[in-house]
Amino acid sequence: MNKKVIVVGGGVSGMTAAGALSELGMEVVLLEKDDHTGGHAGNWDRLFPSRRPGKEVIDFIEKSMSSTVEIRCGSRVTSIDRNTEGFTVNLHNGDPLTAESVVIATGYELFDARKKEEYGYGIYDNVITSAELEAIFKEGRQLVTHNGKTPQRVGLIHCVGSRDEKVGNLYCSKVCCVTGVKQAIEIREMLPGCEVFSFYMDLRMYDRNFEELYYEAQQKWGVNFIRGRLSECAENPDHSLILKTEDTLTGRPLKMTVDLVVLLVGFVPRPETRIISDMLKLQTGSDGFLSPVDEHFKDNSTSVPGLFLAGAVKGPACIVNSIADARATAVQVKAYINGEMVKW
Amino acid sequence: MVKNFGYKILSDASIDFDRNDKRIADYLKAHEPSMNLCIGCGSCTATCSAGHFVDFNIRRIHTFIRRGETNQVKRDILKCMFCGKCQLVCPRGVNLRNVILTINRAIEQTG
Amino acid sequence: MKIEGKRSIWKEYQKEIADDRYFYVRSCVRQNFFPGSEKTFLRIMKDVLHKDVFENASHTTCSGIGYHSDVVPFETAMTMVARQFAIMTEAGYENFTTSCITSFGLYSEILETWHHFPEVEERVRQHLINATGRTFNKPANLAHASDVIFKFRKEIAAGGMYRLINKHTGKPLQVVEHIGCHYSKMFPAKGVGGAEYPYVLAGMIEDWGGDVIDYPERRHCCGFGFRQYLIQANRGYSLACSKKKFDSMAPYKPDFILTNCPGCPMFLDRWQYALSEMEGITYGENGLGIPVLTYEELAGMILGYDPWDLGLQVHQVPVEPLLDKIGIPYDSKRKFLTMDGKMMGQPKAPSHLKFYQHE
Repeated sequence: MNKKVIVVGGGVSGMTAAGALSELGMEVVLLEKDDHTGGHAGNWDRLFPSRRPGKEVIDFIEKSMSSTVEIRCGSRVTSIDRNTEGFTVNLHNGDPLTAESVVIATGYELFDARKKEEYGYGIYDNVITSAELEAIFKEGRQLVTHNGKTPQRVGLIHCVGSRDEKVGNLYCSKVCCVTGVKQAIEIREMLPGCEVFSFYMDLRMYDRNFEELYYEAQQKWGVNFIRGRLSECAENPDHSLILKTEDTLTGRPLKMTVDLVVLLVGFVPRPETRIISDMLKLQTGSDGFLSPVDEHFKDNSTSVPGLFLAGAVKGPACIVNSIADARATAVQVKAYINGEMVKW
Repeated sequence: MVKNFGYKILSDASIDFDRNDKRIADYLKAHEPSMNLCIGCGSCTATCSAGHFVDFNIRRIHTFIRRGETNQVKRDILKCMFCGKCQLVCPRGVNLRNVILTINRAIEQTG
Repeated sequence: MKIEGKRSIWKEYQKEIADDRYFYVRSCVRQNFFPGSEKTFLRIMKDVLHKDVFENASHTTCSGIGYHSDVVPFETAMTMVARQFAIMTEAGYENFTTSCITSFGLYSEILETWHHFPEVEERVRQHLINATGRTFNKPANLAHASDVIFKFRKEIAAGGMYRLINKHTGKPLQVVEHIGCHYSKMFPAKGVGGAEYPYVLAGMIEDWGGDVIDYPERRHCCGFGFRQYLIQANRGYSLACSKKKFDSMAPYKPDFILTNCPGCPMFLDRWQYALSEMEGITYGENGLGIPVLTYEELAGMILGYDPWDLGLQVHQVPVEPLLDKIGIPYDSKRKFLTMDGKMMGQPKAPSHLKFYQHE
C-alpha cells in the first residue's frame, strides 16, 4: 500500500496535519511556497487569549513533524491532477510528485486594507494594520507615530474587510475582535499614558476566555469601547487623524482625533487556492473559501476522493481550531489510505 | 452689525470628543471605576423605575458622561429615584447607584 | 501623506473620455452664477484644442434640479433625458458631454437604470414616441465637461501663459479642490479617480503647477442639497455645511478653491459673504475671502484670457488677490463694464468681507 501524502501549505494547519500524518505512519511531503514554514502564526508575537508567545506554538508543531516529514520550502504548486494511480502534483521547480492523498492547507490572506479607501491606509502616514502592530510587538520595537512621537491616543478599528458588502466580504473573520482586545491591552501595557479607543459593531467573544479578556481590557486596562463602525478617516495638518463614527449607544455622530489608527484586517481566500479549486472543481462558499462535502460530518472531505482540506482554507479560523481541524484531517486521510470507513 | 437673512447657521450636532469637557468622566473613572465595565446592554434602562415615566435613560446618561456631553445630563440625572433596580440587573456588576451619586458629586465640584 | 497611495487608487479609477465630436449640453443655472464659464469651455475646445463641439438650442433642462428637489418624478426625468438623447442622435453625435454635475449624475443614474432594467428603457422610449414622435440612441460615451478638460490638461498647460505659482515666493499655490456630490459619490467608477480621492480637479491642479490641499472635511457636501437651500428657513443647514468646510480648510491657508459643479462654487463663494455679514467671519488673508473658481475659469486664466471675459467680476469673493499672486494682469477700471463698454453698476461693499484694493 502506497502511504504517500502531500500536504500543500506550511502554516499551522499544514504543519500540524503533516506531523500527525507522519505519526500515523504515512510518508509525508510538506510543500510551502515561502522559504520557511510557520505561516501567519509565525508572524505573531503573542496569541490570544492566553498571550502565550506564538513562537512556542510554532516550535512545538515544528518538533512534531520531526525528521520524518520531507519539508520542501520555496515550492509553488502549479497543478494537481487526479488520476487512477492517485495524485500528481506539479511544482514550479523540480519534478512532479505523486501521492495517494493530498491535503490542501493553503490557509488565507490578510485583507488588503487599501481597498477600504476611506480609511486612508497607504495614504495617511499614521494608519497601520493589526499585522504591522503585531510585527512591532514581535520585534520589540516601541510604538511611535510616523514622526517618531509617542502616541497619546490610538484608535483600533474592528471589522476592516469583514462584514462589509462594499468590499465584497459579507462574512465575519472571527479572530479580529479578540485580536483587537488583545492588542488594546498590549498598547496600554507598553504605553500606560496612551488612551486606547476601540471602534466596533459587535464584540464577538465566541471562544473560551475571550469574554474574560474583554472584561480585563475594560477593568484593568481602561480600554474604551465605542460601538460604531468607522465611516471615514481624514488627516489633520499635524498628521494626526480625525475619525468619524456614530456613537450608536448615544445615537449621535462622533468625531475624535487620534495619533495612530490600527486597522484590524480580516481574512480573505488566497488567489492560489482559487486556481486549485477551479482545476479540481472543488466547491466554494459565497465567501470564496473552500467548502467541505458536509459541514458537520465530512468537514475535511472534498468531492475528489483522496483530496482533503485542513484549517483556514475553509474560512476564518483561530490557531486552536486550525490545530484541531488539521488533526481531524490526518485521521481521515489515514482511514482513506487504509481503505477504512470512518463512521462519524 | 449682524445681519438677519431669515435663517440661522445650524450648530454641529456631532459629539466633538476632543473639545468636550471630560472632567465629570475623569472624576467618575477615578471614584467609580466599575463604570468602565459597561457593555451597553440596556438592562439598567429597561428596569429603571424613573425611565418608564420620564425622559431618563440611565445607560445613555453615563455613556454621554464618558463622551463629555454633560449639559443635558446635568438636568436629567435628578430624575433618578435611587431604587437600585438597575444595579440588581447589571450583568457586569457596575455599581450604578454609586455612579449616580458620583456624577452628582462631580457636577457639584465642576459647576 | 503618501501621494503614491493616492496614485495607486487613481490608477484603478480611469474612465473612458471621448477624444472629439462632443454633443455639449449646458447647465440650467451656470450662465447666471458664473456667466463666463461655459463660453470659456467652448472657446478652449475650439481655439486651443481644435475639437468639434456641437450645441443645439432646443436642448432643455435635464430636470435634475427638479428631480433632486422632489418635484419631478423619475419617470418624467427619464423621458426628458430621452429627448436630449434624441436631439443628440438627430445631430449625428454620440459623445454626450454635460456642463452640469447633477445632469451628469442623472444621466449616469438613468443609463445605469436602463442597463439593469431594460423594460424601463422600453417604456421610456414609448413615452418619448407618444409625446414627441422621436427615437434615440444611447450615447457611446458620457463625460462631464471637467473630464474633458482633465483629459486635455497637459495640452492646456503646454499652451498656457501662466502656472499656479506664487510669483512673489516662487512656491506652488495651495489649492482646495471640491467635487460636486453627483459627480462620483453615486457611481465611483464613473468619476476620474473615484469618490474618495477624486482626481479630476487634482490632476488639473498638479499639471498646472499647484499643490492640492487634503483637509479633513474635503468629502463634505458644499451644502446646496437642492431642497435644503431652496426653502429659505432651511438655508442655515446649507450654510452650516459650507462653514464646516471653511473651518476645516482654513488652517491650510488655501490660495483658492477649485470646483466642477454649478452649485458648489455658487455656495462656497456667496456663503463667505453671508457668513461675514452674519457672524463677522472671513476665511482669507487680512479679512479677504478665499477665491472660488470653476475649472473653466481656471483653464482660461492659465491660457491668459482676460479675467473680465471669464466673468470673474461677478464673484462675491474678489479674485484679484489670486490674479496678483499668479501675475495675471487686469484692468480694474474695466471690471464693471459691459461688453459694449457701459458701466453695469458696482456692488455695495460688504460690512466685513474686504473688497480688494489693487496694490
